[in-house]
Amino acid sequence: MALLQLQEPGESTAPHEHRLAVGIDLGTTNSLVASVRNGIAVCLNDADGRAMLPSVVHYPRAGGAVVGRGAQAQQVTDPRNTLVSVKRFMGRGVKDVAHIESMPYDFVDAEGMLRFRTAAGVKSPVEVSAEILKTLRERAEASLGGALVGAVITVPAYFDDAQRQATKDAARLAGLNVLRLLNEPTAAAVAYGLENASEGVYAIYDLGGGTFDISILKLSRGVFEVMATNGDASLGGDDFDHRVFCWILDQSGVAPVSDSDARRLEGLARRAKELLSIEEEAPIRGTLSTGDEIDLTLTRETFVDITRTLVNKTLAPVRKALRDADLSVDEVKGVVMVGGATRMLHLQKAVGDFFGQSPLTNLDPDKVVALGAAMQANVLAGNRTADDDWLLLDVIPLSLGIETMGGLVEKIVPRNSTIPIAKAQEFTTFKDGQTAMAIHVVQGERELVSGCRSLARFELRGIPPMTAGAARIRVSYQVDADGLLAVTAREMSSGIEAQVVVKPSYGLADDEIAEMLKAGFDNAGEDAKARAVRELQVEGERMLEAVQQALLADGALLDAQERAGIDAAMAALRAAVGQDDAKALRQALDGLGRETDTFAARRMDKSIRSALAGHKINELKV
Amino acid sequence: MDLQQDFFSLFGLPVGFDIDKDRLEQAYRDCQAQVHPDRHAHRSDAEKRVSMQWATHVNEAYRTLRKPLLRARYLLSLRGVDAGVETNTAMAPAFLMEQMEWREGVEEAREGGDVADLEHMRQRLEQHERELHQALSGQLGDDVADGELAADTVRRLMFIEKLQIEIDDALEALED
Repeated sequence: MALLQLQEPGESTAPHEHRLAVGIDLGTTNSLVASVRNGIAVCLNDADGRAMLPSVVHYPRAGGAVVGRGAQAQQVTDPRNTLVSVKRFMGRGVKDVAHIESMPYDFVDAEGMLRFRTAAGVKSPVEVSAEILKTLRERAEASLGGALVGAVITVPAYFDDAQRQATKDAARLAGLNVLRLLNEPTAAAVAYGLENASEGVYAIYDLGGGTFDISILKLSRGVFEVMATNGDASLGGDDFDHRVFCWILDQSGVAPVSDSDARRLEGLARRAKELLSIEEEAPIRGTLSTGDEIDLTLTRETFVDITRTLVNKTLAPVRKALRDADLSVDEVKGVVMVGGATRMLHLQKAVGDFFGQSPLTNLDPDKVVALGAAMQANVLAGNRTADDDWLLLDVIPLSLGIETMGGLVEKIVPRNSTIPIAKAQEFTTFKDGQTAMAIHVVQGERELVSGCRSLARFELRGIPPMTAGAARIRVSYQVDADGLLAVTAREMSSGIEAQVVVKPSYGLADDEIAEMLKAGFDNAGEDAKARAVRELQVEGERMLEAVQQALLADGALLDAQERAGIDAAMAALRAAVGQDDAKALRQALDGLGRETDTFAARRMDKSIRSALAGHKINELKV
Repeated sequence: MDLQQDFFSLFGLPVGFDIDKDRLEQAYRDCQAQVHPDRHAHRSDAEKRVSMQWATHVNEAYRTLRKPLLRARYLLSLRGVDAGVETNTAMAPAFLMEQMEWREGVEEAREGGDVADLEHMRQRLEQHERELHQALSGQLGDDVADGELAADTVRRLMFIEKLQIEIDDALEALED
């Protein structure tokens, strides 16, 4: 191994406390939580010994929320208040969702993201997802025996900014500290790659309940480098069920059916699909509320026939990803299949034919994402050991751009750029004396704004009046390691600045989240204020520990005066942690942040110098 | 060591167009192994901020040096030569003529749905690209004081890149 020793000397000698962290696969159909225990990633089971939690939430008239199998049982009897596959609605408006007319919900088309009108009131997909995440958090805390330091939540690689932000909001709402949003295929690659000590180029083909991802990764000496990713954020196993559902309606001639009969038939369709991965044919039998009898047999041949277009629909993104990675099919060493839907035999065959090799199916396609996320969570929480010497380099799936004259899109950050990434571009005014400029942030590959997703609109105001073309407005995009975008616009001659963390135009504004959090606590009988103080205290303790570690390792980088400043700020924070004053806590946290800025920069410089020094030493050995 | 230093020095490489790709990749990975936000997720907020800045910078440096066209443009900018990408459009007429023919060829193949023809053009362009890279290797050598020649080659390469994107878009449109 040519990799460097990454452990800070100060950390390895410090008394080691294992921090509880989990990986969560928030799936369209099922969700899982996993954690690293005694060095091994394992899924955490519910009281009945089951790892998978159906991603179904039921809002009974009596109040509260039921999640999982209990909710699933209500699908047929109370379809309107039983939300399934809610992941499909994350960060989406009514017009974005296919087959919406055949869904049993009472939709409210709010700005940006749709909502559901339920017995428990109007709910956003973020709130529904938060119920699922909360159930998993509670399961994990019971199973691990303590509060969680944080969680890695997985998202489809092809999720856009709106969907990612919605997922992060849901986690916050569920009381989880998000260590990272991790792309599902990348999580699978970690679990697979570390398990099998793989080296080379791998394709991860991930067909879940409602999303499809293809990621091409290069695995080399502990680095997982995503070279390209592509996919379809609204294509999954659900769509195969829907084809079978339509086939049943067509063959039996029972259409139209009520919402509860539709749910009943969807259930029959799913079971038939699953059975065909084992048997040559599947019986479909049931009685509808109208008394109509369904008695059909679906053969593999017919199933292949009615779903052929769906299978082919997954191959176009595969070709695009390979082209973006500048690779041919024969350069791919292995194809890893992820997601329950990849159990379908004709899909495995189609993928095998495309790549000219049998896909790798020697791992549980349902669990591998959660397990990879758990490994990443363990490392991010600070439990890295000498064996965890690996690094993920991921990309942004869709180009980020800005609207220019005539409804055209100017791309600023191209798709498949390694994150984090920052890009800036200059624009100018087109009218004399223009004092404001509208900035419209979009995501997608099309040349026209109408073909892309609108992420945010904001205005830069207060531009000093100048002749047309004289102002220089610099628009900067920064994408962080979660794949989330922040945009800043600044007029260069005057320094006037406007800034947005891309969010309010589609998702939930911060005060909306705060409101929901508060409502959640009211229901749970908790005091929101006390909880907020407690969170700040935990954060304060975490900061004190982090700085203490840094001082142990690199205190020599500071002169006496700087050291005194940091010591004083630490003492102030330590005092604040001992009291229940949120404002004082926040001030002390900010104070320590300010005092340690220079120190942090110097530490980074030092570690980069050591990286390059190590690099040169390695070369001498060669 | 600071964010202002040039990308070659950041990775401990000699300044020049010819580059040892393996060394660049290894140096990039070694740097990211130190600065990446995943390495600092459990640290203080100040350290997380510095980490994101550095990881962004290292990614930008790697992207720039890895791609020959971006590397050439960057080298020109280090030498204070403006490649004149936005302003200097005075290309040799013969070259412009050739470009028009290429463009018409792509358009024709796209309309005719001729995937094989598009693939073939892509290969020919790649060959052409390699030749220009070879030329740059001489034009951007240590002893060459005149960057104008290299700037001209860079502009030619940009035309080729645009054509490649057009071909890829056409191929993509035909697949959908």
